[in-house]
Amino acid sequence: MINNSKTGMTLIVKTITRLTVGLILLFGIYIILHGHVSPGGGFAGGVIVALSFVHLMLAFGKDVAVAKVSKNMASNLESIGAMMFLLIALSGFLGGSFFLNVLAKGSPFDLLSAGTIPLSNIAIGIKVGVGLFAIFLALVVLERAK
Amino acid sequence: MKAIDIIPLFVIIPLAAAFLTSLAGRFIRRSSEVIIFIASLALLGFSVYARFLLNSAPGRILVYKIGGWVPPFGICMVIDGLSVFMLVTVNLIAFFVAVYSLSYMNQYTDKPKFFTLFSLMVCGMNGVIVTGDLFNLFVFLEIASIASYALVAFGTEAEELEASFKYAIMGSVASAFIFIGIAFLYSFTSTLNMADMARILAYKQNVWVIPFVGVLFLMGFGLKSALVPFHAWLPDAHPSAPAPISAMLSGILIKTLGVYSLIRIFFNIIGSTHGYLTILMFLGVASMLVAVVLALSQWDLKRLLAYHSISQIGYVVLGIGLGTPLGVLGGLFHLFNHSVFKSLLFLNSGSVDYAAGTRDLKETGGLGKLMPVTAKTNLIASMAIAGIPPFNGFFSKAIIIIACLEKGFTGYAICAVIGSILTLASFMKVQKFVFLGEIKDKLKNIKEVPFAMLFSVVCLAIICVLGGLMLLPSLRFFLDDAVAVILRGTSYAGVVLEAASK
Repeated sequence: MINNSKTGMTLIVKTITRLTVGLILLFGIYIILHGHVSPGGGFAGGVIVALSFVHLMLAFGKDVAVAKVSKNMASNLESIGAMMFLLIALSGFLGGSFFLNVLAKGSPFDLLSAGTIPLSNIAIGIKVGVGLFAIFLALVVLERAK
Repeated sequence: MKAIDIIPLFVIIPLAAAFLTSLAGRFIRRSSEVIIFIASLALLGFSVYARFLLNSAPGRILVYKIGGWVPPFGICMVIDGLSVFMLVTVNLIAFFVAVYSLSYMNQYTDKPKFFTLFSLMVCGMNGVIVTGDLFNLFVFLEIASIASYALVAFGTEAEELEASFKYAIMGSVASAFIFIGIAFLYSFTSTLNMADMARILAYKQNVWVIPFVGVLFLMGFGLKSALVPFHAWLPDAHPSAPAPISAMLSGILIKTLGVYSLIRIFFNIIGSTHGYLTILMFLGVASMLVAVVLALSQWDLKRLLAYHSISQIGYVVLGIGLGTPLGVLGGLFHLFNHSVFKSLLFLNSGSVDYAAGTRDLKETGGLGKLMPVTAKTNLIASMAIAGIPPFNGFFSKAIIIIACLEKGFTGYAICAVIGSILTLASFMKVQKFVFLGEIKDKLKNIKEVPFAMLFSVVCLAIICVLGGLMLLPSLRFFLDDAVAVILRGTSYAGVVLEAASK
C-alpha cells in the first residue's frame, strides 16, 4: 500500500519517510525501554512513537496510517495501556501497599533493574503513544458531511 | 488487606471502571452499565464504611502512605472528618446520578464513552478529596476538569460546543492560577506535602509570598467554584451538559474543586486570617444576591437552575467565611443539602426534557398531571432550596443566618433572607409554568419517565425531607468532625505528620 499510494506528498517526501519512519519508531521504543536509566521515559517515548505514525500519515495520506492502526484499535490499546498501569500499581498490594515496587530492584543502570518502573514506562508509552495518535486521527477522520 | 487499604480504592475503583467500560463496552452489550452501577455502589459503600472506620481511629485521622514512602518524601492520602464528609456527599450523588443515567443516556449514542468520562470525573473528585499532597490535588483537579469539559460537549451541538469551549478556557485560566500558586508555595517551602507545607509556613518568615499566593488561589478556586465575579462560564456550561452531568457539575464538582480545595488550602495550609475571611464573606454575599436576581429573569429551566447554583454556593461560602463554629457548621451543612436538592432539581429538569422534549418554561405547562412523581419530587426540592421548613435547606439557611447575627453581621443576615425570598419567587415561577396550569396540545401524550430515573429522584427527595435529622445529637458526628477539621486550622500539619509517622 505504501508503494502505490496516490495520495500524500511528493516522491521525495515519501522516499525520505520510508527511510526514516522505522528509525523514529525504533528510537521511541528505545526511549521507553531506557526510561529508568537515562532521560526520557514512557511519556517522551510514547510521543515519539506517535510521531512516527503521524509522520506516515502526513507523507502518505490517512489511509496508509489507518491501515496500520485503526481508530478502534487505537482506543482499545489506550484503555489497555491505562489498565496495565493500574494493574502494576495494584500489584503493590502483594507487598502491602498501593504502588509499592514489589519486583527485585537489580543493580543501578542495568537495563533489567528498578523493579516495576520499566513496566510502568511501557504501559505509559502505550497509553501516550496511541492516545496522541488517536487525537491526531480524530482531527483527520472527522469530515464535513457532504 | 488491612482496613486502611480502602483509602486508595477511592481512586482505584473509578479509574478501573473508566477504562473497563471503554474496553468492555465495545465488545459486550450493556456491560458498561453493569460496571458503572457496581463501581458507584461500591464507592458509596466504601465511603460510608470509611466514616465508621474513622470513629475508631486515633485522633480521628487516617493517613495512607502510597508505595510505603513516608511523608514528606512520598505522596500520602489523608482521610479526616472533612474528607470523609465530602467523600460521602460526592459518592452519594454520583451513585444516584449513575443510576439515573442508565435510562436517561439512551437518548445519546455511545453510552460507554459517557460512562468512561463520568468515572474519570468521579475519580478526579475523589482524588482531590483524599490526597494529602498539593501537586497531587492539582493533577486530580485537572482530571476532573478535563473530563467535565468533554462531558459538557457530549451532545456535540453548536451551542454545547461553544459552552464547552468557554468552560475549557475559563477552567484552564483557573488551573493556571492554581498552578502558579502551587509553584510559588513549592519554591518557598521546598515541599509539596500539604501537612509539611503548613508546618514550614508556620515558622518561616515571609512578607509577600503568602498574600500573593492567597490572591492567586482565590482567583483560581473562585473561578472553579463560580463565585461572583468569576461566574460567567457557569450559566452556559451547566445547562448545556446532559442532565445527569448538570447534576454532577452543579451538585458536587464546583464544591469539590472549588469550595473544598479553597477550605483545605486557606484554613489548613496557609491559615485563615481576618482578611481572607472578610473577602470570602463578601464574595459569598455578592454571589448570593447577584445570581438570584439574574435567575429571576431566566426562561430556560436548566439555565435558571444554574444561576441558583451560584447563589447557593454564596450561602456556603458566607457560612464558612464567618469562621465561627456555628457558621462553618451551617456552611458545610448547606453544602451537603445543596448537593442533594440541586442534583434532584437538575435530574427533574432532565426528566421534563426527556418526556416533553423541551425545557423552555414558555412551552411547558400542566405536566403535574402527566408526570406526578417528577412534579412532587420537584416540589419538595423547590421548597428545600427556598428554605421552607421542615426540609433540609431550611435548617442550614437558618443556621447560617443565626451565625451571621451571632457575629454581628446583621446586614449579611438580611441579605441571606432576601436571597432566600427571591429563590422562593423564582421556584414558584418554575412550578407555575412547568407543573401547574393548562396542558399544551402537543404535550398531551407524554408519559412519566422510566423506573431507573424515578428511583434516583425519589431517593434524593427522601434525603431532602429527612436531611434535617443530621442535626440530631446522635448523627451530629458526621458534620461535627468536618467542622472540627476546619476550625483546627494549621494544627492540621501536626496531626497528619504524627499519624503518618506511626
